[in-house]
Amino acid sequence: MSLIELPNPDQSVISRRDEVVRDLAALVGPAAVIADEDGRRAYETDALTAYRRLPLAVVLPATTEDVSKVLKYASTHGIKVIPRGAGTSLCGGALPAEDAIVVGVSRMNRILEIDYDARTARVEAGITNLAISAAAGAHGFFYAPDPSSQLACTLAGNLAMNSGGAHCLKYGVTTNNVLGLRIVLMDGEIIDIGGPHLEAEGYDLLGLVIGSEGQFGIVTEATVRILRSAEGARPMLLGFESAAKAAICVARIIASGIIPVAIEFMDKPAIEVCEAFAKAGYPLDVEALLIIEVEGSEEEINDRLAYIAGIADELKPKSIIVASGPEQAERIWRGRKSAFGAIGRRADYYCMDGTIPLASLAYVLEQISEICARHGLSVANIFHAGDGNLHPLVMYDANAPGEIEKAEAAGAEILKLCVAVGGCLTGEHGVGIEKRDLMRIQYDDTDLAVQMRIKSVFDPVWLLNSAKVFPLDARALLAETPADPHGADSSQAA
Amino acid sequence: MSDVLRPATEWELQSMMGALHERQISIEVVGAGSKRGAGRPATAAGVLTTAGLRGITLYEPTELVMSARAGTPVSQIEVELASRSQMLPFEPVDPGPMLGGAPGVQTIGGVFATNFSGARRISAGGARDHILGIRAINGRAEAFKAGGRVMKNVTGYDIARGLTGSWGTLAILTEATFKVLPLPDDVATLVYFGHTDEIAAELMCAAMGSPFEISGTAHLTEALAARIRNDEIVVERKSATALRLENFTKSIHYRKERLKSALAAYGEPLELDLESSLRLWGELRRLSVFPFGSHQIWRISASPRMAPKLVAAIRRHMPVETYYDWSGGLAWIETPATADAGAADIRRAVASFGGHATLVRADESVRRSVDVFQPMSPGVERLTQGLKSAFDPLGILNPGRMYATL
Repeated sequence: MSLIELPNPDQSVISRRDEVVRDLAALVGPAAVIADEDGRRAYETDALTAYRRLPLAVVLPATTEDVSKVLKYASTHGIKVIPRGAGTSLCGGALPAEDAIVVGVSRMNRILEIDYDARTARVEAGITNLAISAAAGAHGFFYAPDPSSQLACTLAGNLAMNSGGAHCLKYGVTTNNVLGLRIVLMDGEIIDIGGPHLEAEGYDLLGLVIGSEGQFGIVTEATVRILRSAEGARPMLLGFESAAKAAICVARIIASGIIPVAIEFMDKPAIEVCEAFAKAGYPLDVEALLIIEVEGSEEEINDRLAYIAGIADELKPKSIIVASGPEQAERIWRGRKSAFGAIGRRADYYCMDGTIPLASLAYVLEQISEICARHGLSVANIFHAGDGNLHPLVMYDANAPGEIEKAEAAGAEILKLCVAVGGCLTGEHGVGIEKRDLMRIQYDDTDLAVQMRIKSVFDPVWLLNSAKVFPLDARALLAETPADPHGADSSQAA
Repeated sequence: MSDVLRPATEWELQSMMGALHERQISIEVVGAGSKRGAGRPATAAGVLTTAGLRGITLYEPTELVMSARAGTPVSQIEVELASRSQMLPFEPVDPGPMLGGAPGVQTIGGVFATNFSGARRISAGGARDHILGIRAINGRAEAFKAGGRVMKNVTGYDIARGLTGSWGTLAILTEATFKVLPLPDDVATLVYFGHTDEIAAELMCAAMGSPFEISGTAHLTEALAARIRNDEIVVERKSATALRLENFTKSIHYRKERLKSALAAYGEPLELDLESSLRLWGELRRLSVFPFGSHQIWRISASPRMAPKLVAAIRRHMPVETYYDWSGGLAWIETPATADAGAADIRRAVASFGGHATLVRADESVRRSVDVFQPMSPGVERLTQGLKSAFDPLGILNPGRMYATL
């Protein structure tokens, strides 16, 4: 039914399923292995629900050593492995395969140590994003990256995708907030990279591993930076009659020397749905809405919001609303963060994640409307305006034949547009299977080969989360370079 | 270095690399050469400089992004940024003068290749945190790109970041795209005197743990504080611990007072205004507390909790003067010159307290004979060797510049 091709599973592996399950149970204990069909069914997809594959088996190890045992076993027997956090990937990053073992880290969710002086937390990677901030919150600290799914998503998944969030304009994304990792490679080797200090030694392996979409290894522990919370924070809403004006407003705010902690943009369809859901007081008579948050003491917040309101005023906004107190601030953010869920109640949607240079926002939004109209679909747009990360939500009806194909086609056109204006395919969700076949829009064969050779360094026979990120036929690029010592191996491992 | 290859375009550089690759001739890669005296000396047949690849190719102040060819001097970039009231957030240190060269000559390519970030690393992040995209030629003479010009980008692996700090051993950067930030309206510094390393680290950590957005912290042992060109600091004849606030003037006033009362236990600080603050942090950025000379300089990164203990352990074996940055977690230490640069004792201390140490300044013969960079664990070494052969299978680029076996 769908457009994205998935490799044919290896029947010889599937036929050994009972034996594999027995072996896994012997390695890590039967309680950590899910083998029955109903149990496995819970792991057949992630947040890209149009794609489902029942995994060979699911293992939920409790320790790094158990992860190592499972990977070593899989490696020895040539069985593929799909790492999994909470399964909230929007790009199919955690999609299983029928001939692959899912290794989930969700049981490894403890906080190991928090050092408030050095401002670091050492945690197991299966911990949820929000649980880190929750643990540090009593001391006034927090973990900065805040993807919308932060209540459910795991740090392991955030590390795999280099997740961002609404507040990364000021605080950076995952890779800027991680100091050390413990990673298990596909052959079972356990490696520590970095530690509680800044700038790990030697090559920036942290930088490479974070954002490698679970293709380099399974991270079981991490040392992350925690930051002291500001004295206070408050959002304001600026409503404009056009997206162009909102974009000019963002550019002027940044040019003036203020970097708010977040600048979020919503278009009219997004505003309507979110307001109906959260009753946050969003104005309904505007075409574009900015949520701008600043931090500091009460007086600093008032000063800065007044300064921003002054900049906005020159553009004659249709509304300026400052959150009246913590309760409205909470609702304003709840509205924004629940946008995906709120829209999901009305229609099925396909969430895109391109990034564009801010200057092209108005043009890109116009083109997105046109593309969706051409496919007979409607769209709502949510945008991390400060950093150019755009989330068009293309709505469709999954029960109507042909609609998902239309949504995927529209999505692909939107992403091509993002690249054409100087942006990229994905700002924070990752490539996964969803954008795998679009990689050639952004990268030429050499660029892809340079990336794929790194995969071969970490996982020479491409067993780990392997049918993702790169077009399947790109695997041939590795064989065409005779100087590559890994080329021969990997070309056989499709 | 009689025959220095000096390509003027990326295409020319790629052709040269093609010829070198074909003949398996190794080269030392430099920008302006300001850091040639640091790190392990490369053992190469020739020298290639990117200094001919110059110019800012993109600057969008409202998008906080700039692209520049690798050989563009950082000083030129900072002048251009300052004209729009912006800056390089990571404040790259300029080791030029400390190594006997001129200040202000280092190139942006050299900055990303070495990833030596300054005081604002602790608040804004380092060079590696600000890289957005690169163009480069690897040891196979392939031209490739990674990342892009937008601030959020997870399309494919994060190779731009992966190449920072690789000292030209994986690829030669031809162009870098990076994030910039607005210059602060105002700067103020609080300087506390007479604290031991451990108390100073505690003080810096307490300040960083406050909500007042300290943008830089430094502690200088007494002898180094005496080298600062500020009479009010020198006259104290004591160690000095500096905390920097960068913000709107009104915020600085408010935050300074709040901070002083929160840190009252550490004494009454000297307050530096905008101009004195810029001078002090400028001096630290040029590492001017370490004048060119025969003393050896190490750069040690550790947890701020452990760094003073680590330095104390080294001090049991040799006299040490220390400039702590990054809330105490980065220690630049000056030691008397010895044949092994104290490597055995320093490596042992690092092994006990965690972190890593790099020998930055020593005679070439010393830097050739001791491990300049932190020795790797077997697992990390295997990955490092694997990456080297993925990017530069023939070992053409900067052989020996980081590790003797790389």
